Amino acid sequence: MSPLQTRTHESAHRAVEAVARESYGRLVALLATRTRDIAGAEDALADALVAALTVWPRDGIPNNPQAWLLTAARNRLLDHARHQQVHEHSTPTLRLMTREFDETTDPDRWPDERLKLLFVCAHPAIDPNIHTPLMLQTVLGLDAVAIGRALLVAPKTIGQRLVRAKTKIRQARIAFEIPTPDQISERLEPVLNAIYAAFGNSWEDSSGADQRVTELGQEAIWLARVLREQIPDDPEVRGLLALMLYCEARRPARRSAEGRFVPLSEQNPKDWRMPMIEEAEGELTAAFQMRRPGRYQIEASIQSVHVERAQTGRTDSAAIADFYDQLMQLAPSIGGAVAHAAAHAEVRGPEVGLTLLDQIDSQAVISYQPYWAVRAHLLRQLSRPHAAAEAYDRAIGLSEDSAVRAFLTERRNRLTPQ
Amino acid sequence: MLYALLIYENPEDFARRESSIESEAYAGAWRAYHRALLDAGIFVGGKPLDAPETATTVRLRDSKREIQDGPYANTKEQLGGFTLLELPSLDAALEWAARCPAASYGTVEVRPIAVEIEPRVTVANSNS
Repeated sequence: MSPLQTRTHESAHRAVEAVARESYGRLVALLATRTRDIAGAEDALADALVAALTVWPRDGIPNNPQAWLLTAARNRLLDHARHQQVHEHSTPTLRLMTREFDETTDPDRWPDERLKLLFVCAHPAIDPNIHTPLMLQTVLGLDAVAIGRALLVAPKTIGQRLVRAKTKIRQARIAFEIPTPDQISERLEPVLNAIYAAFGNSWEDSSGADQRVTELGQEAIWLARVLREQIPDDPEVRGLLALMLYCEARRPARRSAEGRFVPLSEQNPKDWRMPMIEEAEGELTAAFQMRRPGRYQIEASIQSVHVERAQTGRTDSAAIADFYDQLMQLAPSIGGAVAHAAAHAEVRGPEVGLTLLDQIDSQAVISYQPYWAVRAHLLRQLSRPHAAAEAYDRAIGLSEDSAVRAFLTERRNRLTPQ
Repeated sequence: MLYALLIYENPEDFARRESSIESEAYAGAWRAYHRALLDAGIFVGGKPLDAPETATTVRLRDSKREIQDGPYANTKEQLGGFTLLELPSLDAALEWAARCPAASYGTVEVRPIAVEIEPRVTVANSNS
């Protein structure tokens, strides 16, 4: 290849990558909502992307790359249907689609079907454990390797589970539609949970930063933004978006320049990303105006109190403890119970915190790192170095992050025996 | 289900076991991890291995013994130890592998134990 050809080739490759990244979910959604076959839509789009890699360097990048890919993918689906010589029910819809999109080549005027895809991915008939991976693959276009890395599951296992889920969606003829207004809040909950699971549940300060979460944080926020664009009048959608933005804003402060773990109470607010915090405040305010409280709004409120320290220089621990009381009423969980105990310890002393920790089911926390980290912290404050050392050891042994492990080891070694 | 965590380490990691400055943190992390495995009730067995240079390999070829100094694989990362865990699923095994201190500096390979081999035979002497 001549240097010029190489350059054309490279720019065509970059164009394919860019459009795949930008539009994967939209294109899969457009195809799958018409065929009810996610795997088929993904295969057709993958074929179209491969074709683009050959055609675009030769003929140049089309004016409208998305329309080109959609047409190519749709033709694949039609070919496939013809090949099988069965008149699948989707063939007429696909033909109709040809006309539909030939008339409107401006992709901005195509319907955005990603919301329907999100509702299918988190459908009650689909195993909740697969909701998050399905969304990551079909809406964001992540492959099984990336999903496995993010969620700590073997890529092959994830691949098989995704195939099973997609088969079920096709065979059970799960409808690609937006739930009716009376159903929407119920159906929205698993969608929100799946997005939040992608973000990572381990944001309680004691549990520590996590490499996997870093990779997924932006993707989860992006999904929540898609949801907010389409359902602007649901307060929990905005609450979840606010919650994730608050956490994401603090991410740079979770490590010192030397890579050491920095707990929230010791973070310098100057290291927080203020524009992100402002966006979060805007979302949370809008959510409150709808006057329908919910779990994500409460969790976002807790984060909002934490970041107030940037202005006031202090943390309103009493307000945080109040919000955790509300959270435990509304959506009790082990993580919530541990954080609730830690919050009350800040206000009413370590003894109270320890009593609350003791009330949590001991079987459920055997391998739950945040419980042991909080327990160690409280026992240290109560000058019980032996018990604290034991709890630190448990927390260290359950930590995945070496920076967190180093932080806890240092705390443990600073204990002075009585 | 029984899963083996095979722990691979670099020469520097083997050296760290001896170094007095680093061994405190190194040993501390391993002690804590071992404690967590015991408390979770999943530990079946396992031991650290001595450094690869202490290894000797044995082969029989045409009825002749071939004895060689050093480990089997001539790679930088060497098997440094193994742990057997009783766990419900591969997902759980991966989670415990990620918590293993060696996951941060070396490599932890997760392998299910082959089903046809009677697992409890290996358990008998492992709790010492």
